[in-house]
This record gives sequence, structure tokens and C-alpha cells, in this order.
Amino acid sequence: MTNLDEKAKEIRRSIIKMLAEAGSGHTAGAMGMADVFTALYFGEVLEKNDKVILSNGHICPVWYATLAEAGYFPKEELMTLRKINSRLQGHPQYQWLPGVENTGGPLAQGLSQAVGRAIAGEKVYCLMSDAEFQEGQTWEAIMLAGNKDLPNLKIIIDRNNIQISGSTDKVMNLEPFVQKLQSFSWKVVEIDGHNFEQIIAALKTPGKLIIVAKTIPGKGVSFMEGKYEWHGKVPNKEEVERALAEL
Amino acid sequence: MKSLRDGFGQALLELGEKNPKVWVLDADVQESVRTLEFAKRWPERYVECGVAEQNMMGIAAGLAAAGKIPFVVTYAVFSPGRNWDQLRVSVCCSNLNVKVVGAHTGLMTGPDGMTHEALEDIAITRVLPNMLVEVPRDYERARVATLEIADIVGPSYLRLTRPETVEIEKLPNYGDEVAILGCGPLLEFCRQAAEELHREGIETVVVDNHRIKPLDKTMILKLARDCGAIVTVEDHQKMGGMGSAVAEFLAMHYPVPMEMIGMDDKFGESGKPEELLDKYGISVIKIKEAVKTITRRKNNLKGGEN
Repeated sequence: MTNLDEKAKEIRRSIIKMLAEAGSGHTAGAMGMADVFTALYFGEVLEKNDKVILSNGHICPVWYATLAEAGYFPKEELMTLRKINSRLQGHPQYQWLPGVENTGGPLAQGLSQAVGRAIAGEKVYCLMSDAEFQEGQTWEAIMLAGNKDLPNLKIIIDRNNIQISGSTDKVMNLEPFVQKLQSFSWKVVEIDGHNFEQIIAALKTPGKLIIVAKTIPGKGVSFMEGKYEWHGKVPNKEEVERALAEL
Repeated sequence: MKSLRDGFGQALLELGEKNPKVWVLDADVQESVRTLEFAKRWPERYVECGVAEQNMMGIAAGLAAAGKIPFVVTYAVFSPGRNWDQLRVSVCCSNLNVKVVGAHTGLMTGPDGMTHEALEDIAITRVLPNMLVEVPRDYERARVATLEIADIVGPSYLRLTRPETVEIEKLPNYGDEVAILGCGPLLEFCRQAAEELHREGIETVVVDNHRIKPLDKTMILKLARDCGAIVTVEDHQKMGGMGSAVAEFLAMHYPVPMEMIGMDDKFGESGKPEELLDKYGISVIKIKEAVKTITRRKNNLKGGEN
């Protein structure tokens, strides 16, 4: 796991640098999901032709940083995030960048697309956020997929319990979250989203599955960890230095 | 008399036979929108999405990304109405090959009333980049248009109507005083108006402007040059509709006097289709009045008056 630890650290460093350079974007969620993305791309999980769909597109810096780390495109390009004429759009754009398989951002839309691909026979990993379960469309997709035999579909939910205005449970409570998902005929596992062994074991479990990954938003940088204020802001110069020193 | 939705349903069966990439998605209205037979014959290529149109559009985007040609079919007020955001983001932003079929459009929907009469669907689809918008006029053209859009790669919207309407084989071409551009089954009203005007000595040409996006610019420019006056006719809001598309184009390239027959910034209500169309000013009489009004304006312009 040392190798994975180092990959995740490098991905987090990239996220901090690219967001600071962009001057806007979403930091906390991206940092929190760095371990899950590392496990997915470097944990011998993905096979050729497998599709990765990111439903909560605003955390795309972690996706871009991971794809660059995995060699999908040059790492220097990360510094073009959110700039004019860049392939690294503020929210991911289908096929603009190697490895990006869906247009995502407006919440809930990625899951439906992932279910559509799974119905068509593709093997799909759909990454999404807990706050997406406040959208009606998400439950429509969960209901349909729950009723279908789709052994090739995995949903990974970032259960970080924050959204723009505060903690998810205060803005709009989702609990009992796991029971709700189970009641739609899904098998659900809860894991520590920062434990590589648990993440990889869940991702490699055969069959249709929802993985609820408990993560700490802003993970890796002490002054960002658990702070919803970092959902939609980026570090300034001094904060970048402090963050990189910790990573 | 046959309905456009039957023409569409017939085409789906032809497509089911010849193109294994064609899939059909439906939101609990399979009998009404004529997808039932496809569902019976090719259940492995049919997805019943339940009453969940937003998810249905996303499922279609996923299928299209995986190389399928999904037809998303339900009433137009729900699709592209309720799920316009999903059409925009999941389908059009990615330029995916999804075919949206909106049934029950316009005042022709009739007794179901205001909430179910889609009068804005042309406006909300044609404004989306990458979309194709097609409004067939009868059973046979609905059938052919369905086959055509299956072969065109990219997102498309096909507009259908509920009642049985006449087949409109030949459109009148009596002369170039005024061009009457219609779309959908209302071309029958245009045809009748042109015949009556002819008997009164006013010579018009009726043209089917079924491809609202991309517009047939060559054809419209020629009509504007030849006739110098255009009346548009549609069962849709005037704002953002077919006439509006023609006006946008001509205003920049060859402005001529225009009149628009359509819904005038109002919602509909319950009633028989013919009663509703008459009440809201979409009728043979109104088309004739518009032709006469515009002829006067055109002649005033020519005479340097006005």
C-alpha cells in the first residue's frame, strides 16, 4: 500500500496546485475522494473497456489529477484547469479529455447515464456524492437499477456529509441512508473511504453493489479537514504552501 | 384518417427488424405512444422506465454513449418538457445520438387540457445546440421521418400529435403573391385556405416547413424573394416556434412582411381539437385574413406608402 499512499499524496498535491492556479473550484470533495480514485485507477481494479462515470462533476480536479497520474494525458495540462481553450473544463465534458466518459456537474445526471451504459452491457463504476440523494432523479435511477439485473454496475457514494451550505444532515437529512438504499433492493456496503484495503475489496466484490465510502472532506490538509467552508473555495498562496508542506 | 403516432409506431417496427442498435424507452404510456408492439417483439431492446422521465433521458444518454440508438418516447410535456435539463446536459452537451419523440403536442391534444397541451416544445428543443427538430404533417411523413432520424447521427426531436388527421398528399402552388409556410397536420388548414383564396383570385403557394432545425434556408430565402410576403402556421406558441425561426433567419438575410398564426402567449384548455384551434385563432379563416393583411402591407411597401 505504500505505493498507493504515495500516489494519493501526489494526486492531492496536484489538486491543491491546479485549484490554486485556476483561482476557483471545489477543494474539499476532491481531496476527500483522492484515496478512492487512487484505489480505482492504481489498485488493479479497472479492466480494459470498463467505464468510469463521475456524477458529482464538481470534484473533477481529483479525476483529472488521477487520470494525468495514470498517463491519460500530460500532467502539465492540469494547470490549464478552468482556463480558456482547455480540455479540463470546470465540470467534466464527455470525451473532451481521455478517460472522461460523461458530461457531469448538474447533480444526479451521471447515475442515470451509468445505469444506461450498464443496461447496454458495459461494466461501469459510477462515483457520486451523498448530496445527490437530495435530487429526485437519483432515486428514479436507484429504483430502476434496483429492479434490474445489472451485475456490471458499481456505485460509489462519497459520504462526506458536507454540501455548499453546511453539513448534509442539517441542510436536508438523508438518514437512515443505508436502509433507504437497501429498501430499493440494493446490496450496500459501508467502508472507510481512506482505507485502501477496504476500498479495493469493495470495488472487486462481484455483482451489483452500492459502496458507501465514508470520507473526510479536505482529507490530507489539517486546516481543510471536515470544514464545509472548503466545499467551493480554493487555497490562497499562503494556504497552498501550508497545504503542500503537510502533503 | 390516420394519426402521426401510428406512423411513428409503424416505423419503429420497421427499425426493430432492420437495425439492432435501435432501442425504445418509455414512461408508462406504451399503448398511447405506440411503443407496445416494439416492446412485445424486442423486449431485450425495450426499457420501461416507469413514470420517471428525467431518469429516462439519462438512461438514453448512457445507451447512446454505449453505441445504441435510443428512442425516448412519451408525451411532450414530460419529454422534452419535464426532462429538458437532462436533454440539455446529459444528451446535447455530449452530442449523443438520442431520439426524443414528443407525443400529444399542441391544442390538438384536446380534452386533456392546458397541462397536457405541449405548446412550447419546438422552442425548447430548437434552442439547444446540436439538436435537429422535425415536425411531420401526417401518418406517412411521421413514418418516414422516424426512419430518417434513426439514420442521422446526433440528438433529434420528433413532434407528434394525438388525433387521426388526413393524409396531405399535394400542397397547392397557385402563385407567388404570398407564401404560406406550415408545419404538422395544420398544413391541411393551409391547403384549404390556399384553395379558397385561389377562388377569390389570390394566388399563394403552400410549403411544408417540417425541418425546423436546421432550417431549409435556401428554400425560405427563395420563397421570400419570389413572394415577398410570408405567413407561418403552427400549433405552438408564436414565440420561439417555427414562425419565429423563419423570422430570425429572414430578419438578418432578406426581411419581408410576415404574419404568424399560432398560440399567442396563452395556455390552452379542454375541448375538441377543432374547437380549441378555432377559439385560439388557428383556423382557415385566420390564415386567409393573414394572407390578405400581408398582401396589403406588401403592396404598400412596393408603392412607397405605409
